[in-house]
Amino acid sequence: MSTATDTHHDEHHGPASGMRRWLFTTNHKDIGSLYLWFSLIMFFVGGAMAMVIRAELIQPGMNLVDPMFYNQMVTMHALIMIFGAVMPAFVGLANWMIPMMVGAPDMALPRMNNWSFWILPIGFTLLLMTFFVPGGAPAAGWTIYPPLSLQTGDAFPLLVFGIHVLGISSIMGAINIIVTIMNMRAPGMGLLKMPIFVWSWLITAYLLIAVMPVLAGAVTMLLTDKYFGTTFFDAAGGGDPVLFQHIFWFFGHPEVYIMILPAFGIISEIIPTFARKKLFGYSAMVYAIAAIAFLSFIVWAHHMFTVGMPVAGLLFFMFTTMLIAVPTGVKVFNWVATMWRGAMTFETPMLFALAFLFLFTIGGFSGLMLAIVPADFQYHDSYFVVAHFHYVLVPGAVFAIMAAAYYWLPKWTGYMYNEFWGKTHFWLSTISINVTFFPQHFLGLAGMPRRIPDYAVQFADWNFVSSIGAFVFGISQLIFVAVIIGCIRGGVGRATDRVWEGSHGLEWTVPSPAPYHTFETAPEVK
Amino acid sequence: MFTAKLSGAIRHIFLLGFLMLPGQALAFREGINLPRGVTTMSEDIYNLHMLIFWICVVIAVLVFGAMIISIFMHRKSRGVEPAKWHHNTAVEVVWTVIPFLILIGMAIPAAKSLIELEDYRDYDMSIQVTGYQWFWHYDYRGEDVSFYSRLDRDSNRARQLRPHRELNPMEVDNYLLEVDNRVVVPINQKVLILLTADDVIHAWWVPELGGKKDAIPGVVNEMWFEVTEPGVYRGQCAELCGRDHGFMPIVVEAVEEEEYEAWLEEQREEQTAEEDDESMQLSAIEVAR
Repeated sequence: MSTATDTHHDEHHGPASGMRRWLFTTNHKDIGSLYLWFSLIMFFVGGAMAMVIRAELIQPGMNLVDPMFYNQMVTMHALIMIFGAVMPAFVGLANWMIPMMVGAPDMALPRMNNWSFWILPIGFTLLLMTFFVPGGAPAAGWTIYPPLSLQTGDAFPLLVFGIHVLGISSIMGAINIIVTIMNMRAPGMGLLKMPIFVWSWLITAYLLIAVMPVLAGAVTMLLTDKYFGTTFFDAAGGGDPVLFQHIFWFFGHPEVYIMILPAFGIISEIIPTFARKKLFGYSAMVYAIAAIAFLSFIVWAHHMFTVGMPVAGLLFFMFTTMLIAVPTGVKVFNWVATMWRGAMTFETPMLFALAFLFLFTIGGFSGLMLAIVPADFQYHDSYFVVAHFHYVLVPGAVFAIMAAAYYWLPKWTGYMYNEFWGKTHFWLSTISINVTFFPQHFLGLAGMPRRIPDYAVQFADWNFVSSIGAFVFGISQLIFVAVIIGCIRGGVGRATDRVWEGSHGLEWTVPSPAPYHTFETAPEVK
Repeated sequence: MFTAKLSGAIRHIFLLGFLMLPGQALAFREGINLPRGVTTMSEDIYNLHMLIFWICVVIAVLVFGAMIISIFMHRKSRGVEPAKWHHNTAVEVVWTVIPFLILIGMAIPAAKSLIELEDYRDYDMSIQVTGYQWFWHYDYRGEDVSFYSRLDRDSNRARQLRPHRELNPMEVDNYLLEVDNRVVVPINQKVLILLTADDVIHAWWVPELGGKKDAIPGVVNEMWFEVTEPGVYRGQCAELCGRDHGFMPIVVEAVEEEEYEAWLEEQREEQTAEEDDESMQLSAIEVAR
């Protein structure tokens, strides 16, 4: 096409080639892919740390690493999985799917979109650099409670700056999502006609904007305590270490919902598709998400029942925390009602969605148990808590992300993935995740505290089982990578436009792969 | 063809694995549930735990039952036509209100136990516990008895990273759950524990006494227990407190009243002897100067 007579106007609409395409892109699909690849890499980095943890715990005695390095692994595993794997994966899915779902050509603020992605690797470079500075990486847990976190060495300012950068990225991403959803919906798409995934992200984005600055404030106060002589959290100067916990969890509790609400959205897309039946109780689902988001702001102190709160405070936080079970229950019932009398098939995305439903509910039950303060005095900071939040975050958030990846891969790449290997990945992951985390309930109840590098002999057997499960889960994820790469390279054949028989929504009305600019003229929604 | 065979084989392996698990579990050492405990309140906590557990089990059977039925009955391969309905206000109101009522049913006993647990009045004796990186200090208030409590020698030798390990952890009695100086308390007395810390936050947890509290620098927290059965009860620090967080055991020995008094007397004598010893040394140093 080197002739001067070529007068195509849409030449510049295609992607640039080579590195420039990825560095300077403002296209929501390219940025979505960047986020997803970044998240996948971080999933393996954080996963490698989990493997170190489980290898150390495979039998009693210090076998592999120094206790200090173990604490660094525990801390960095959490920070990387939360901020590096789960959150960017959801943002990547939002970038890819929200414009297509609402009938927009791109995100509302494409240049900011480029920035909000590219400062993420910068933030993680800062965090990972901490391994190479005097004093080593942060080792006070991802909650970085003072005074312990103030004992961190030279890694401390890197940690704080890293968190600031990640927070800025999240806030910019959230602003972009809100503006896109509010301003760029196709004509006729009222708010209560939006796909649930879009709804879940709209609410999540507000949560992000509300709480990321709180985290930024908390870590800045830590920074001034350490370097500038303030005593916000130092009792000797009139401060209080518990103040940090209140501020941190005012961020931290909504944060755990930031990691699950978009998953609710994904599951609400997938189950109706494969049940070939419309989502049961659409508006109840929307209100339930909103109710959960609201409640998430008033229950933060249930993470700190043991800090010595007045009994009235304990009662308030216990009752409000228990209340979250109501809207969450409504969601689970509605999903089951969607399946009821449907005509189900069980492709990989549906399998992951069903495992989500089953295992997330188990995580919900242990969450309800944790809400009961007298019992929480026993569970708190034990392996029971580790089991609880891993049931919520691995078969919850991570499985939803995997379900979404399988569900939309054909739309992204234009090819079908290999169903056999997808299912193999599913079964290996699901079985191993239960082998890993179910015994941890027993360990916690029997008295094993969390974050310990070594344990008494009576905890040996279940730890062994748990470690074996973890290794199988870790290795199984290589299948996931192979399936994705295989799919990009042509998979098992071309995908149709409406990939799944029961799928509906604007994203399925365009060709597979979706064109670089999806909707140049807005589609009409009736 | 090949893939079908492989998938069949994988399925068999998984099935076998699942069948083996329960058999294995029976062989496992005790401890898959919360201990009933040995204090006046721990039984309450245990009952609360089991009540909520069984409520969850019943709800799980209903929800998962519905899921499993629809997974097996309502599948496309059985030629089912999907239903058209996707809304039912009555049903939705019911499954909002019923869980709410169940929650109230749980909240009442929970609140009752909590209020009892948080009542620190009328105690018979009190011990001030201070957390340090990484050991505990116990001060029997008004008794002139105080001491440090650390990981015992054998556990310490066995917990070292290879090649510094001198003992195999499997061969140490109560590995990581034994201390040099135990906390001794009398049975059938309300013991108030006052908790604080010197450097970072720790948490004092002995599962069989029921519950834990944080030990926070600059804060004095309270908890109490009344042990009903003599015995030795073991626990650990439960708040990440740095490098040796995993090596801060707590051992409480509950004994009859007379035995406790005798122990107190013995401690007093020992400590006075030690203090005399120290002051003798000090004055010796002064004389030397």
